[in-house]
Amino acid sequence: MEYAISVLLSGISVGGQYALIAIGYTLVYGILRLINFAHGDVFMVAGLIGIYLSASGIPLYLTLALAIILTVILGFTIERVAYKPLRSAPRMSVMISAIGVSYLLQNTATFVTGGQPMNYVKVPALSKMVSIGGASTSMVTVITPVLVLALVLALVMLINHTKVGMAMRAVAKDFETSQLMGIKINNVISMTFIIGSALAALGSILYFTNYPYITPAAGAMPGLKAFVAAVFGGIGSIPGAVIGAFIIGICENVIKALPFEGATTFVDAFTFALLIVVLVVKPTGLFGEKATEKV
Amino acid sequence: MIQKKKVSRETLLCLVGAVAALVIVTVLENTIGPSGQLFIVLKKGAVYSLAAVSLNLLNGFTGLFSLGHAGFMLLGAYTYAILTVPVSAKDAVYYLFGGSAVKFSLPDIFYGIFGSEGAGGMAALTLGVLLAIILGGLVAAFFAYLIGLPVLRLKSDYLAIATLGFAEIIRAIFQWQALGPVTNGANMITQIPTFSSFNIRLGSGKTLYLATFFPFLILILCLVVIVMLINSSYGRAFKAIREDEVAAEAMGINLARHKRLSFCISSFFAGISGALFAMYASNAQAMVYTSTMTYEILLIVVIGGIGSVSGSVLATFLYVACSEWWLRGLDMGKFLGIQSGLFRSGFRMVVFSVVIMIVVLFFRRGIMGDKEFTDLLFRRRKKQKAKEAAK
Amino acid sequence: MKKFLALALALAMSCGLMSGCGSSDDGGSTDGDKVVKIGVFEPASGDSASGGKKEMLGMQYAQSETPTVEIGGETYTVELVYADNGSDTSKAPTAATQLTSEGVSVILGSYGSGVSMAAGPIFRDAGIPAMGVTCTNPNVTAGNDFYFRICFLDPFQGTILANFAKDKFAAQKAYLLGEQGNEYDQGLITFFEQAFTAAGGEVIKDSFPKNNSDFTSYLNKAKSEGADVIFTPVSIAYATQIVSQAANLGIEIPFLGSDTLDDNKVVEAAKGTNVQLYVSTFYQEGGNPEFDAGIKEYINANADAKTANGGDDTISAVTAMGYDAYHVALEALKAAGSTDPAAVQEALWGASYDGVSGHIAFDDTNGDAVRDTAYIKVCDTATGSWKLEKSQTA
Repeated sequence: MEYAISVLLSGISVGGQYALIAIGYTLVYGILRLINFAHGDVFMVAGLIGIYLSASGIPLYLTLALAIILTVILGFTIERVAYKPLRSAPRMSVMISAIGVSYLLQNTATFVTGGQPMNYVKVPALSKMVSIGGASTSMVTVITPVLVLALVLALVMLINHTKVGMAMRAVAKDFETSQLMGIKINNVISMTFIIGSALAALGSILYFTNYPYITPAAGAMPGLKAFVAAVFGGIGSIPGAVIGAFIIGICENVIKALPFEGATTFVDAFTFALLIVVLVVKPTGLFGEKATEKV
Repeated sequence: MIQKKKVSRETLLCLVGAVAALVIVTVLENTIGPSGQLFIVLKKGAVYSLAAVSLNLLNGFTGLFSLGHAGFMLLGAYTYAILTVPVSAKDAVYYLFGGSAVKFSLPDIFYGIFGSEGAGGMAALTLGVLLAIILGGLVAAFFAYLIGLPVLRLKSDYLAIATLGFAEIIRAIFQWQALGPVTNGANMITQIPTFSSFNIRLGSGKTLYLATFFPFLILILCLVVIVMLINSSYGRAFKAIREDEVAAEAMGINLARHKRLSFCISSFFAGISGALFAMYASNAQAMVYTSTMTYEILLIVVIGGIGSVSGSVLATFLYVACSEWWLRGLDMGKFLGIQSGLFRSGFRMVVFSVVIMIVVLFFRRGIMGDKEFTDLLFRRRKKQKAKEAAK
Repeated sequence: MKKFLALALALAMSCGLMSGCGSSDDGGSTDGDKVVKIGVFEPASGDSASGGKKEMLGMQYAQSETPTVEIGGETYTVELVYADNGSDTSKAPTAATQLTSEGVSVILGSYGSGVSMAAGPIFRDAGIPAMGVTCTNPNVTAGNDFYFRICFLDPFQGTILANFAKDKFAAQKAYLLGEQGNEYDQGLITFFEQAFTAAGGEVIKDSFPKNNSDFTSYLNKAKSEGADVIFTPVSIAYATQIVSQAANLGIEIPFLGSDTLDDNKVVEAAKGTNVQLYVSTFYQEGGNPEFDAGIKEYINANADAKTANGGDDTISAVTAMGYDAYHVALEALKAAGSTDPAAVQEALWGASYDGVSGHIAFDDTNGDAVRDTAYIKVCDTATGSWKLEKSQTA
């Protein structure tokens, strides 16, 4: 029982962190139709920024705030430099540019860290141990789902009830028409990147508190899984991405805990198999809207 | 008539170029010795060229965006390696599993027929290796067929992510310890015939080096087939699908069939390049064939120009030479005579990825765009002819 | 314009290729001194960079201490030629060729068996002997007369650790966790399993996918299955995650690790926690006080060396092994009386040297070091350092 609870808890905690990354994917995809392959690496860089800031002697909470701000600047810059010039290019070019950015971020991280795994800052409020139903876990596990729910509510409010949100919905619906209607498309796109990066930075604080060693490839897998979550939930839908992320996080941990040998070999394979099944059976995901092909 | 003559001239030029390339690499290797970095770069370039061209066939010519290339290369590499490990070495290679479940080895079978010495041995080795390479391609194509059934219905980036997922699943299966007696689990399959197995020992301590000749030969044979395919009615159908699926369908092109065909052919050549990669690396190990490898090949295709065979080949050689040879000084503290504290390990890849970003952003059409070498050479003449015709 | 660009690039490429061949053979003398080149085939980037750098540190220290060697009555200056294999078996062949084309007499490395196995045929074809420093997989040297190694092998290490688990903890059930598809991890797990089950134990095996960072479910599984020991022969980055997550979960089951876990990053993760961590290794700090003092001074005097060592002066076993490898290479060069790789290869079979990690000599079949002792160290989590538990013979 205690074991079952602990597995479930890890699942929820990982799922919540995937959710924070998945929102970034789903927002960007909804508007630009771009799989932002670099998003997972932005998440990794956010962690590294935290480490280097705190090593320079800045107080802890200021470090975390600064890390989020710097990550937002990074996300914004990536969009302006690597994606904006390709606005009129075929979608494949933009995706390749995203792969290029991911390559660049990983290589730069390798250069800067010298390939050593870097130890993330300890955030006492988050890493404090608590006991739930006999299973001990860190405070992050409790905070993550609450924080995710609060953020999702806030985001949904933002998208449904503010001017920026309305612009985002309009751009997602029809790029060109919304431009004609006087919406400053570039600002809207920048806004989605800013929100996405901020959430990724927040996710990185939670994630690396639990799994404190950062390597240059640390963002790749969470990034990919978060993307799968976004597809699973229906790309473009924020609640969908969050639910998808929790399902994947929990399934993953349940598989790891399965008692027969060899099951754990297929943890990642399972995630992708799930993705393929969803894509084939219901390409729009759980909550996605059906897109009609225009000729 | 004129049109036909010109085409044959282009073909002739390509063939002459190909033969010249073969002769040059062989002569060079035998005159300056095989241990230079030039030859390892040429070998890797030949292997990666084939991978890049096969990906280009799919991404560039048919417009199907697949990211599963490394998975198909893996299938080719393992098929090749499993079938060619000498029977005598199986116990040593599969030492964790008490020998292999595959009790035969293709080269050994042919050794049994032709004898293992001298010319007969060489013929047996060549036959065994070629057969294993082709089987590698076929296995990859077969899996592509199976995977294509559900996946090819998906559109652009969904297809990309689904194929990426399949590549990961294939890798997980090959790393599964339970399949160890066949795949050797996590261990690499070693002691397989490599490119240098084709070096011929002549008498009096001399050796005829054919280690670079062999991959070039396979590359050129495959390129000939691919170019012929592209110029056939199938190739034109592929391009039509790339330009506009709906229009292509309206013209009577069977979308599903042509997409499947393109996917299988591309995977076939990916499988062959995987088998060649196993020869190049002298081992097969699933860990190598990750999505990073696919990205690398994709970037090569982009640098060369999406939709250009010669561009992909040229870009591959440049890419391999830069990343693994010319820029190495950036890691070692000294580059072009400049010494700097910045030049420490990892800097090479930073510079390299910046260069890639510049190409992707500012030279979007890559080195060749969608043109071929021959287009460039004959363009002026074509223009002149057009002028004359206008007169 | 496009055409010119393409042609210019093609031209640049062919020029580069040509110039590359021309400059490949400039070994020999600089400033009148005779120079002998020793290749260093180590990862400076990628997963194993941390270990590779520490191993190189040992070689660099040895070179700073003994920069010359007497070969055939003449004094040669030793030059180390580096090639970064990137911890990647697909990049290893080009790195290996970089060394063979620079005219080195003997090659040292690598940390990590995969890259060594990928480079082995290239060294053999080039006729240059290579000496594995800490690559423990049996297939590195098997069937390759040009690959030697100075460390013990995985079957030995796996058995040692299984016996230790039995002796020290009277373990009945062991939980084995390794990276999926990594021949080092899976090889050791198999050997551990063989020895452990032969002694009447029971094992549960699991593997995690590459780049995994969430180990809590695995650790909880070990706990709920009632494992007596957890054996994790994984690379440094994973080991740090596992140890720190085990500390968070309050896992009290002892951890057994292989030589890769003997790293100050792992100690750093265990420091101040209740994790019990035992590793088998090639050398224990304090084994040779003179060497310890010397290299600590070297590390502390040199900022780059300190960064390479992970920011402190804890001595890793791989550093000691790198140091010994350098000296064995010098012994072989002396015995060969020539810088010719073929002569060095001949001489290596008979080379012997009393290194800081013990006596080193090679067997006649594969060129593996004859070693019967491994050191088992325990992590002192209060001070963040290693303590010798025992030296165990098979």
